[in-house]
Amino acid sequence: MSQEKTWKEIPWGGLILDAGNAQEYHTGEWRTERPVHIMENCKHCMYCWICCPDTAIIVKDKKMVGVDFDFCKGCGICEKVCPFDAIKMVIEGEEGD
Amino acid sequence: MAKSMALTGNFAAAYATKQINPHVVAAYPITPQTTMMEKFSEYYANGEVDTELICVESEHSAMSACVGAAAAGGRVITSTAANGLALMFEIVYIAASNRLPIVMCVMNRALSAPINIHGDHSDSMGCRDSGWIQIYNENAQEVYDTMFMATRIGEHKDVRLPVMVNLDGFITSHKIEKVDTLEDDEVRKFIGEYQPVYPLLDIENPVTYGPLDLTDYYFEHKRQQVEAMKKALPVIKKVSSEYSNLCGRDYGIMEKYHLDDADCAIVTMSSTAGTTKYVVDKLRAEGKKVGLLKVRLFRPFPAEEIREALAGIKNIAVLDRSESFGAFGGPLFSEVRNAMYDTDERPNIVDYVFGLGGRDINAVQIEGVYKRLMDAKDKMPGDVNYLGVRGD
Repeated sequence: MSQEKTWKEIPWGGLILDAGNAQEYHTGEWRTERPVHIMENCKHCMYCWICCPDTAIIVKDKKMVGVDFDFCKGCGICEKVCPFDAIKMVIEGEEGD
Repeated sequence: MAKSMALTGNFAAAYATKQINPHVVAAYPITPQTTMMEKFSEYYANGEVDTELICVESEHSAMSACVGAAAAGGRVITSTAANGLALMFEIVYIAASNRLPIVMCVMNRALSAPINIHGDHSDSMGCRDSGWIQIYNENAQEVYDTMFMATRIGEHKDVRLPVMVNLDGFITSHKIEKVDTLEDDEVRKFIGEYQPVYPLLDIENPVTYGPLDLTDYYFEHKRQQVEAMKKALPVIKKVSSEYSNLCGRDYGIMEKYHLDDADCAIVTMSSTAGTTKYVVDKLRAEGKKVGLLKVRLFRPFPAEEIREALAGIKNIAVLDRSESFGAFGGPLFSEVRNAMYDTDERPNIVDYVFGLGGRDINAVQIEGVYKRLMDAKDKMPGDVNYLGVRGD
C-alpha cells in the first residue's frame, strides 16, 4: 500500500482483485529488530531458510546470501535456530550494515 | 393472465421469493417472520424452487451464510425480525460493506426487553446506519411488488447494496389481503438473469473478500458506500417506473395523498399510512385541507423530494413507530425536520412517537393529531409527543 489512491480508484469493499498480491505488501515495515548475516560463520546448512516463517532468507546457488528486508519481520527465529552463530539480531537503526 | 390471491404479508413475501427463485435462502425462524420461511420451505420441499435452502442455527449464521453465498456469486434472500435482526447486526454491516445485493424481509417487531412480539420499527431503525437500502411497506401488495424491485435495485451495477424490505409485524405480516400477482415468466423477465460481480466461484479471476483495511483505506471504502447510496436514488425511481409499466402499480419513493393543496400533513410509514388515509378521506369530506406523505424509502433518505412534497404546508406532524432514546424525536422526525431546515418557509414540525410494542393506533388518535395541526396558531413548538401511551 505504498501508493495511496482516492476512493474513486480502488475496488469497492476492500476487494483485492489480483492473485499473488502478497508480494506487493511489504510486511518488513513492521520490523523493529534486524538479522545480520555473519558470512564467515555460515555453513549454508539452510536451517534458517527452513525455519523462516516468511520467505525472507535469500538463497542463491545453494548458498544463504542474505535477507529480504521487504518481508523480514525481525522475529529472530533464524538467530535462535542457527547452529553456527552466523546470524545476530540487532535493533533497527542502532548498528549499520 | 395475472391472478389475485388471498395472502398474508408473509405469504406474499414467500410467494415473491418463490417466483424470484434465488440461488440461496438462509434463514432462522423468529416471530413474526416464521410463516414466511415455513411457506418457502414448503415450496422448497415440493421441488417448486431451485434454491439451496440453508437452515442455520441462528440469525448470525443466517446472515453469514447469505454473505458467503452472495460473495460466491449467488442471488440471495433472507428474512428476520426484532431480536433476530439484532443478533445478525454484525454481519448486516458486513453485507453492505462488501457490496452484496442481498434482499432481506424484516417483519418489524419491538426489541426486548421486556419481551414483546408485536410490531414497531425499533429493529430496522437500529440498522439505519448499516448501509442497507430500506423500503417500508404499507400492505401485502406492496411487500409482494417491492421484493422484485428490491432485487433489481440492489443488483444494479451502480448500486450493489443489500435491500431491506420492511413490513409491520402481525399487522401486515399476518393479515390476509388481496394481492394481485404476476406470472412467473413476467417476474423472471423483470428481474432478469443474475449478473454476479467479482464472484468468488470465478476461479479464472480470483478475488479476496474481507481483507484488513486500516487507517490507510477504510475511510475511502466508506466514502464509496456513500456514493452507492446516492446513486441508488435514481435507480430506485427508474426501477419503480419500469415496474409500473409492467403491472400498473406505481410506488416511487413515497406516496403523496391529498398533499398538493394541504395546509396540514402527517408524515408516516408502513401500515399506519393506511389508517391515516382513512382519516384524510373523512376530514376531506368535511372540507378540511389535510394530507399524508407516506415515506416508503427511508435509506437513502430522499431529502430533496421530501422538501418538494411538503412545500407550502404550514403544519406537519411526523408519526414515528420507534423511539431513539435520548434523541430529539424519533428517527423519521429527525430526518424530515433536518430536510425542511433548508426551506424558506420552515414549517412547524412536531413529532408523535406511537405504537411501540404493537400498541394500536386508531383513527380517533390520528384525527386528534390533525386537529392540533389545524388549530395551531402561527408558531408551534417543535415538540415530541407520545401518542397512545397512558399518562402522556
